[in-house]
Amino acid sequence: MTTVTRRNVLKGGTALVGGMAGILAAGRAPAFAQGTTVHWLRWTDFVPASDQLLRNVIAKEVEKALGIKLNIETINANDIQARVTSAIQSGSGPDVVCVLNNWGQLYGESVIDVSDIAEELGNGQGGFYETSRAVANDGKKWIAVPWCIVGLQIAYRKSWFAEIGYTDGKFPQTWEEYREAGKKLKAKGRPIGQTLGHTFGDAPAFTYPYLWSWGGKEVEADGKTVVLNSPATLESVKFMVAFWKDAHDEGGLAWDDSNNNRAFLSGTCSATLNGASIYIEALRKPDTYKTEAGGQLKDDILHAALPKGPGGQFSYHVPFSNLLMGYSKNHDAAKKFLGWIHSKDVYDKWFVSQKGFSVGPTTDWEKHKLWGDDAIMLPYKQAARTGRFAGYQGPSTRKAAEVVTKYIIIDMYAKAVQGMPAEDAVKWAEAELTKVYV
Amino acid sequence: MTISAVSDTTLREAPPPRRPRLLEDERWLAFVLLVPTIVLLGMFIAYPFIRGILLSVTSSRVGVPGEFVGLANFYKIFSDGIFRTSVYNTFVYTGVTTVFKLALGLWLAMLLNRNFRGKAFTRAFILLPFIIPTVLSTFAWKWMFDPTFSVLNWLLYHFGLITGRVNWLGDPDLAMISIIVVNIWRGVPFFAISLLAGLQTISPELNEAAAIDGAKPWQRFWHVTWPLLLPVTMVVVLFSVIQTFSDFQIVYVMTSGGPANATHLFATYAYQIGIGTGLLSEGAAIALAMFPILFLVVIIQLLYIRRVEVR
Repeated sequence: MTTVTRRNVLKGGTALVGGMAGILAAGRAPAFAQGTTVHWLRWTDFVPASDQLLRNVIAKEVEKALGIKLNIETINANDIQARVTSAIQSGSGPDVVCVLNNWGQLYGESVIDVSDIAEELGNGQGGFYETSRAVANDGKKWIAVPWCIVGLQIAYRKSWFAEIGYTDGKFPQTWEEYREAGKKLKAKGRPIGQTLGHTFGDAPAFTYPYLWSWGGKEVEADGKTVVLNSPATLESVKFMVAFWKDAHDEGGLAWDDSNNNRAFLSGTCSATLNGASIYIEALRKPDTYKTEAGGQLKDDILHAALPKGPGGQFSYHVPFSNLLMGYSKNHDAAKKFLGWIHSKDVYDKWFVSQKGFSVGPTTDWEKHKLWGDDAIMLPYKQAARTGRFAGYQGPSTRKAAEVVTKYIIIDMYAKAVQGMPAEDAVKWAEAELTKVYV
Repeated sequence: MTISAVSDTTLREAPPPRRPRLLEDERWLAFVLLVPTIVLLGMFIAYPFIRGILLSVTSSRVGVPGEFVGLANFYKIFSDGIFRTSVYNTFVYTGVTTVFKLALGLWLAMLLNRNFRGKAFTRAFILLPFIIPTVLSTFAWKWMFDPTFSVLNWLLYHFGLITGRVNWLGDPDLAMISIIVVNIWRGVPFFAISLLAGLQTISPELNEAAAIDGAKPWQRFWHVTWPLLLPVTMVVVLFSVIQTFSDFQIVYVMTSGGPANATHLFATYAYQIGIGTGLLSEGAAIALAMFPILFLVVIIQLLYIRRVEVR
């Protein structure tokens, strides 16, 4: 039996104090479970089969192939940035973090240069899409390894659009046409569903290309001069106010990235900009999601690109990239893991599980036989080729990422929709951008 | 001879003069007893607070220590429209919810102070909103206020009170009302139970005496119960104001500060800027801007409580 003596207690206390002093002096929490365990933080995938594949198959294979135990943690995408910030500041956390959009640019000083892996990947698999490069390269080096790009297209109800004249799967080609179509559909209780809320994917993927299609842009090519307050932007905001009122489900101001999926699948909206997750879910449960006529919803879904505006036709697809965190003690293992998972055979399994929800970070994945499986998914195949990215006309730098994470462009439209005069909304956004780009 | 022998023996056998032990001194004992508290407060309150102050005067952002910039972050946030909205929202949120929580909590406490069947069960049941983890219950409320599938809208529609959907979380004013409702729902049990405890310390004889003297129920409440309950009420209000002023969970889950930043409070805006965007120094400045206001509120209330107690 162990006797508790004053001396023992004092010893323990001294050790505890010494330990705490050590932690404070080092400025970081103690790192546990090091060695060959790689902790990978990701979003909770909108295609659940892919998360299952990573946990049940890929994790086992990597242990067998490299001796690395893979610890996969999935969280809501909107919470990833908070996790990265706290991990960097405390100096402990996941070894690899899969971030969205251009968030990686915010953490450039706290990650490891992964140019060796990225260059090999790009060179070996047909070259990166411009979007992949824009978000994962800071102009000097690769700060992240591009993982994939989630293509965004408008999912719409074929039969409902046919009822208002868009037969044979046709879809409005301009914003004016889309507004008119939406007006007719909203009158029938089938509005367009679109978020203008603070959320990571659908909101920026709708507002940024919408702005560009009117000829608006955040900054000049120098990446410094803010030029948001332009006649083109103003026109886009004025149009949005009317468009929203005429054609949209006005609850969209409070939607996140999942609300439109639920609304579409339950038949309360006729069209929404989204990844292919709506269609994939309808495919997965054909007997759950039905049309009002009793048919399977999957057979009534088509995909189309965002309409054209006076300034052209654009899109914004959500890129994902893996950061190798600077505080990690497992750089070698994490690098090996990233190189391994991007090898064609391994990545292929994950890519197939996505069923086209994601395209690869490189152009080679457009050649995959998966694209021949389902014609409905074809609009996603080359979607990433058309992508511009946030920060246009400048590079997608840390400042551009700051604008994205502060939701300034989204809020410009949301404020106007809520009743702020269009001129004031644009001025407000211009002022916010100026503060960022100062 | 005898005398000297005795005195030698006495001198030899007398115990050495006793050194007073350190902990027998009350001042040292008090200090030693306070040390654990001081250490805990220092680690978990003073240290983060000082770190926060130091952060707020630098240009620090995530992963970059930054440089000393004086009060530049404070100038920046005071010229920030969203910050001003957050300040306004925080005052409205705290003011409105505190009034309702006090009124409803007091009413509930008075009811619970009566004798009726199932009193114990009702008291326990009343505490439910306070016991359930806030995030969990707020998610349930979020569903109830959902823009598309709101059960509230469904009920209002089926009772014929509305013809179209109410955009609870998409309209800035309604979103504010929604988060206020949830905060009141969650806070009333705290007021009710605390005030009930206060009511039970008031001797029933005082009310009975007043009744015999002809005081009506309202007069008995206003002239007997309320003055005796006031010190407890002030403490409860103080706690509630502090908690509500720095509230985070309800707004974060329900609206994330939206639509278009219309429902941000100090804490949620500080979080978005500091943790979300990684601008740590600006986030710290926003969070610290709360401090002088809260400090003033606390001082005023404590002075008032002291005055009431002296009276």
